[in-house]
Amino acid sequence: MSLEVDLQSTLGAFKLDTQLRAGQGATVIYGRSGSGKTSLINAIAGLSVPQNGYITLNDQTLFNAQKGVNLPVHQRRIGYVFQDARLFPHLNVAENIDFGARYAEIPLSLKQRDAVIEMLGIGALLQRRPAALSGGEKQRVALGRALLSAPNLLLLDEPLAALDMQRKQEILPYFERLRAEGGPPMIYVTHDMSEIVRLADHLCVLRNGRSVAQGTAEDVLANPANMKLIGVQDAGALITGVVDHHAEDGLSGIRLSAGMLFAPRMNVAVGTTVRIRIRAQDVILSQSEPKGMSSQNILQAKITAIEEGVSSGFAIALSAGTDRLLARITARALSQMELKVGQSIWAVLKANAVPPSAIAPS
Amino acid sequence: MILSAAEWAIVALSLRIALVATLLSLPFAIWIAWLLARREFFGKSILNIIVHLPLVLPPVVTGYALLLLFGNQGPLGALFETLFGITFAFRWTGAALAAAIMGFPLIVRAIRLGFEAVDQGLEEAAATLGAPRNAVFVRVTLPLITPALLTGAVLGFAKAMGEFGATITFVASIPGESETLPSAIYTLLQVPGGEVDALRLIAISVVVSVLALAISEWLARRAIKRVAGL
Repeated sequence: MSLEVDLQSTLGAFKLDTQLRAGQGATVIYGRSGSGKTSLINAIAGLSVPQNGYITLNDQTLFNAQKGVNLPVHQRRIGYVFQDARLFPHLNVAENIDFGARYAEIPLSLKQRDAVIEMLGIGALLQRRPAALSGGEKQRVALGRALLSAPNLLLLDEPLAALDMQRKQEILPYFERLRAEGGPPMIYVTHDMSEIVRLADHLCVLRNGRSVAQGTAEDVLANPANMKLIGVQDAGALITGVVDHHAEDGLSGIRLSAGMLFAPRMNVAVGTTVRIRIRAQDVILSQSEPKGMSSQNILQAKITAIEEGVSSGFAIALSAGTDRLLARITARALSQMELKVGQSIWAVLKANAVPPSAIAPS
Repeated sequence: MILSAAEWAIVALSLRIALVATLLSLPFAIWIAWLLARREFFGKSILNIIVHLPLVLPPVVTGYALLLLFGNQGPLGALFETLFGITFAFRWTGAALAAAIMGFPLIVRAIRLGFEAVDQGLEEAAATLGAPRNAVFVRVTLPLITPALLTGAVLGFAKAMGEFGATITFVASIPGESETLPSAIYTLLQVPGGEVDALRLIAISVVVSVLALAISEWLARRAIKRVAGL
């Protein structure tokens, strides 16, 4: 699968000028509200017509302003899971999920249909009406409905935004399974970092209608220059480790290339490879090996880049073993410590700074 | 209350005229309502005015216009006569035409409101599932506006049952051909001693109207429930 997008559009004061390349797996579009995320995927789906540019999917031109090509929505074969589910109120769940089957190029077999129903856990809901479903159930049905139309690409517009924290944690595993079990490629729109660590293969950061950073999620998040784009609260690198043990005292040990990381006990089997997001502002730097600290995690690292950020802060890129880390420090700390690229340093991290929501099987 | 043969004939004719008028105008009304609710085009406000004319014109004017256009000498009347063999003047078909024209604005208004209330996001969702435009209309839009369709149909039917001015101007009141309940009541009231027979017809028209209203109310409640997803 390959999606290529290059669009320019002006809507009143808002200007969309976005380039996007997406392949297999999940591509997350990240940006604040008003950054143009929904405008972008609506254009991909064909729900809005951009003024300029092109969209191609697997060598098929969906849209090309210059050549006057604009494939209608129903011929694009792109599934769409809306933020508000948009289930048909006059049909029950079974009729909803089967709505698109008759238009599919190669309709799913009954066995595949059963597999989707099973994967989403909606078997018991089939005879219910949408009004009788909870928010989480609605989104699962909406996802099933999109999957059963056998799309070449799946667009998801903040599918969890309308749900509370508990429901989110309930639904996220379904998206993870979909990604793991080789479902259609996904373009997943969100402004929630915890969804990125769990889903994103690729990441595209949108800001004021422009795609300002793009690449694998690891690369984009480890780049100190991107800190100001992502926001100091949310910036932080992704590292990979293997769950080593669950200790009696409530901590779990995760083996990293540079040592052991301790985090509050998580519900992941020993031996599982996990991806962990370490927020830049949770990382403390020390020039000597710290002793007698309450922090459980002390990793030896090397400074690979120093980037000036916003509001007198600096983003420090570190490498620890084969992993990359990101730390945020103040300008004063930078000058006091006289940090230089290439310098060895100790990165200190509280175990509690790595909550279960920041850890996901990869 | 046992109806005499003559009374039965009047009731049956009125029902037939009202049913035919309603059923024939529904498809056109849906189309016009859709145009007015969903499309922007040159002359839209003019179309809107034309549709509403029968509502604001004196019915006798509409009836006379119909006579000029659809009478035997009228251009459209002659056209229908040669093309389809349908004559309107002084026939029940003319009464149905008059009833349809008079009820049309009411039906269009009700259905238009229905179209405007439909969440277009649902139609977008249907399109992303691969449904072509006409399939979206039939499988999503139409089911969602059934309450409005029912309301419009009942309004049109009630208007057709009660239509008097345009009908009597266009097709007069010929027993067995164009004598509907209202025109029969009017004729009886013109005759000395006709009040008793007129009262019987008045009672019948009250019963028919109440029945129609009750049935439509029941249907509409079911449809609203269904559309609300309950």
